[in-house]
Amino acid sequence: MEQPIAAGRAAPVRFRGLASSRPLNALLLLIVVVVALLLLTRVWGRGPGYFAQILVYGFANGSIYALIAIGYTMVYGIIELINFAHGDVFTLGGFVALALLPMFGVTESQRDTPGVILPLLATLVISMLFCGVVNVLIERIAYRPLRHAPRLAPLITAVGMSFVLEGIMFLWRGPFFLHFPDLLPSARISIGPETSVGVKELTVFAIAIVLTVVLSLFIERTKLGKAMRATAQDRDAAQLMGIDINTTIALTFFIGAALAGAGGMIFGLYFNSLSFDLGFSAGLFAFTAAVFGGIGNIYGAAIGGLVIGMVQSFSDGYFDSTWTQVVIFAVLILVLVFRPTGILGMRVPEK
Amino acid sequence: MTVIGGLRRLWETDPRRDPTTLTYTLLAIGAVVVPLLAAATGGGYLVGQIADAGVFVLLAIGLNVVVGFAGLLDLGYAAFFAIGAYMYAELASPYLEAMGIHGGIHLPFWILLFVGMFVAAGFGALLGAPTLRLRGDYLAIVTLGFGEIVPRVVRNLGTLTNGVNGISAVDPPEVPAWISGPWSGDPFKIVTDLKVTDAVGYYLIMVVLVTVCVVLVNNLYRSRIGRAWMAVREDEVAAAAMGVNTVRIKLLAFAIGASLSGFGGAFYASKLAYVSPGNFSFLVSVTILVMVVLGGMGNIPGVIVGSLVIYYILYNFLPDLPGHLTDMANAFGFSGLLQQSGDWPGLAEEASRLKFLVFGSILVATMLLRPQGLMPSRVREQELQKGTHEDTTIEDVGAATGAE
Amino acid sequence: MNAAPETILGIDHVTKRFGGLVAVDDVSFDVPRGKVFALIGPNGAGKTTLFNGITGLFPPTSGRVLFEGTDIAGVRPHQVAAMGIARTFQNIRLFEYMTAFDNVRLGRHCRTHAALHQALFKTRGERAEEKAIEQRAMELLRFVGIERFAHTFARNLPYGSQRRLEIARALATDPRLLLLDEPAAGFTPQEKVELMALVRKIIGLGITVFLIEHDMRVVMNVSEHIVVLDHGEKIAEGSPAEVRADARVIEAYLGKSA
Repeated sequence: MEQPIAAGRAAPVRFRGLASSRPLNALLLLIVVVVALLLLTRVWGRGPGYFAQILVYGFANGSIYALIAIGYTMVYGIIELINFAHGDVFTLGGFVALALLPMFGVTESQRDTPGVILPLLATLVISMLFCGVVNVLIERIAYRPLRHAPRLAPLITAVGMSFVLEGIMFLWRGPFFLHFPDLLPSARISIGPETSVGVKELTVFAIAIVLTVVLSLFIERTKLGKAMRATAQDRDAAQLMGIDINTTIALTFFIGAALAGAGGMIFGLYFNSLSFDLGFSAGLFAFTAAVFGGIGNIYGAAIGGLVIGMVQSFSDGYFDSTWTQVVIFAVLILVLVFRPTGILGMRVPEK
Repeated sequence: MTVIGGLRRLWETDPRRDPTTLTYTLLAIGAVVVPLLAAATGGGYLVGQIADAGVFVLLAIGLNVVVGFAGLLDLGYAAFFAIGAYMYAELASPYLEAMGIHGGIHLPFWILLFVGMFVAAGFGALLGAPTLRLRGDYLAIVTLGFGEIVPRVVRNLGTLTNGVNGISAVDPPEVPAWISGPWSGDPFKIVTDLKVTDAVGYYLIMVVLVTVCVVLVNNLYRSRIGRAWMAVREDEVAAAAMGVNTVRIKLLAFAIGASLSGFGGAFYASKLAYVSPGNFSFLVSVTILVMVVLGGMGNIPGVIVGSLVIYYILYNFLPDLPGHLTDMANAFGFSGLLQQSGDWPGLAEEASRLKFLVFGSILVATMLLRPQGLMPSRVREQELQKGTHEDTTIEDVGAATGAE
Repeated sequence: MNAAPETILGIDHVTKRFGGLVAVDDVSFDVPRGKVFALIGPNGAGKTTLFNGITGLFPPTSGRVLFEGTDIAGVRPHQVAAMGIARTFQNIRLFEYMTAFDNVRLGRHCRTHAALHQALFKTRGERAEEKAIEQRAMELLRFVGIERFAHTFARNLPYGSQRRLEIARALATDPRLLLLDEPAAGFTPQEKVELMALVRKIIGLGITVFLIEHDMRVVMNVSEHIVVLDHGEKIAEGSPAEVRADARVIEAYLGKSA
């Protein structure tokens, strides 16, 4: 092997940067404009009262998506894993609440009496804690052992855990739609000829706001919150600074799941219906919301949740509700493809 | 390691200890024996079922290219399956009569197989091209969304796809030449342009298609393209620095996976003579993923075995389980368990609900306990390595020396 | 600086910022063809950042990278490799679950052309090309002295052999310029001597070697020209003797860490 390696000859290289996405962007703009025009004509046709009513429903839907999206974004922010089981933890919250309410002796007949307030709050807290613990266990069993494995591995176990949770709920209550007692106040406040805001909607919205604000305060003001932010920024550096990574990640899973659990119970209270596979699409919509708001950004997730809720209620209200899921999934794909860093663009995902 | 060199090496290593050869041999023997056995016992049903399983084998081999070779998670694989199946159903059935085309369109089976393949690949490329530039796990979500969109669009497009009712009376496969004989109750003769409608016919076509796909995918696996896939899976940055156009190579894997799915879809439609949106749900995508993961990502014979095992569990074991459990409970005096009480729906009902839990558990347990899957995929290389370099310890020397 | 025709790689006012941090600050120098050229400097001086800028991993914020006269700043990594620049990584980045042989064969990717249909049907052309790839890969494994590990998974190779394998894989791309990022890190003195011999062998093939190295004995011994970076800025340049005598280098680099 005297001269095995000759210096290579220059290969012809075509200089083509990242294929220009300009036509794609134009296409996106076109889609947005067409949809907006279509929507405008329909909104015009149905009048302002109807519009306001759709807006109100959008806020209620959106609050629930926001609660799920926050947990998604927190977990993704800290370990860069799409926790597919998160949507099912949300369903679990509803299921647990549904099981707890009879234990507190609450029945639908007690609606609009002050006696339901305390049991409802207790149920909310217990569901949140329960979901938190379940999610911590999921992390411990299915994700932590794979933290240094190739990325594909925890992603697959996440899909698996989602199925395990759905499977457990399926075994527990079967494939049916379950009736969730209608316990939120029935009063409605009329704010126009065609528009009314239920105390129901206000409650949902209020709980979502309170939980989001408490959470942000926790993350901004407390030492544990600081540890979470540090871990999300740079896990190794945080560890060197003496932060217990495992505890911090577990805490993130706990809080995220507690919010999702609350969302599940609120969903039940608001829509009065649950099924074991609810979390699949709800989780996906919430993930869309999280990406929309810039993954890792809690306020972004909350806003993204509201946006998705609005998309849903406008699609239901002005178009055909059978197309709503298609619309949201299309939004999901468009957001991921065109704005993978979110509309707020707070965190840029890097490889 | 040319083909001949590889074969010789295979021959030299004791084939009984080489799981890849062993599996292929067993599968080949099984492929011949099963229909004979079934014919002898008059069980055309079993043969038909194995032909169905073959569709899943085909799909699993395709998904294996995406997940196993290139390391990309595709959670909407059933969408391409649906595209292939509907492509076939529209172009080979009387249905388009509803659109004003007299008698519908009846294009030949063998042409439509490839049409389904290319159309699915086109959709794959369209979806993958913008997505594959993003980080890997976004692909999982985008494909998941696409997998949800396709069946819903099909369901909502009432006139074009007949909505939730699906398209029926789809043409069966047609072969240009066929030998009939005593096995089908006819005298020996060569039949031309035969429409295949019996189970054995489907089975034979399936075996041919699967064999061709296995050979072709194996060829790819052992080419520069296959190596580039693995390199991208292992370390994308290093692969790019070594001259691999990572986006293009990932797109290729994604499109090839989609094309096999479309191919399988077309065959499936012809076999079932019927397509409906319900056949292509997320559960189908996950079923195929479970097959690939259980069989061992990247390991073709493993994936074939994995898909047969899962097919058996899904379509035989689980459906029969409630009956077996009822018998057992009655036999051992636990018939009380069969009664419904409160939240307990009865043992038989509970058993029929196991599917989700079984799938989830397989995914989690395989990834945690045996990420290489059922089959020992690397054994052959390890054995070769031990055989030629007995002095080499395979301890993780790098860790001991302390890099970085 | 040096006579233009001899320059293989020109770094021309290259700056790289990460947010507010300036990792490489307006650095210029020329790498002469056919020599061993070294880039040294304390940790965090911006050496690897510069390598990443050259190979397209993280394109420079501003400035030009002239490879044989063509500006390659912002060209994508696989195109840079195709143009004739190969590299190794500071923290070894092999394809761990591929054999050493397959790692090197992968390196041939950008010099081979078998298309999809050829690979699918194992055409005669594809088989011939595969044969050539195999021969070249074995030659390269032999060239760096690790042919006995050909069929071992890269992750199971001894540490020193992993570094050699990375070099073999880079050489498989037929580079005219080879970037080595701390090739002697973690080596024993004996291994360092062997590495220096290997670098000279590579030069003997007409390939320019541009290396980052911390070990001063290796650098001074093997390289003909040295550039010193500190805090993203070039603080000195010249022959080993000149650099060794430079007051700023002694202060910034040798004074601190050696």
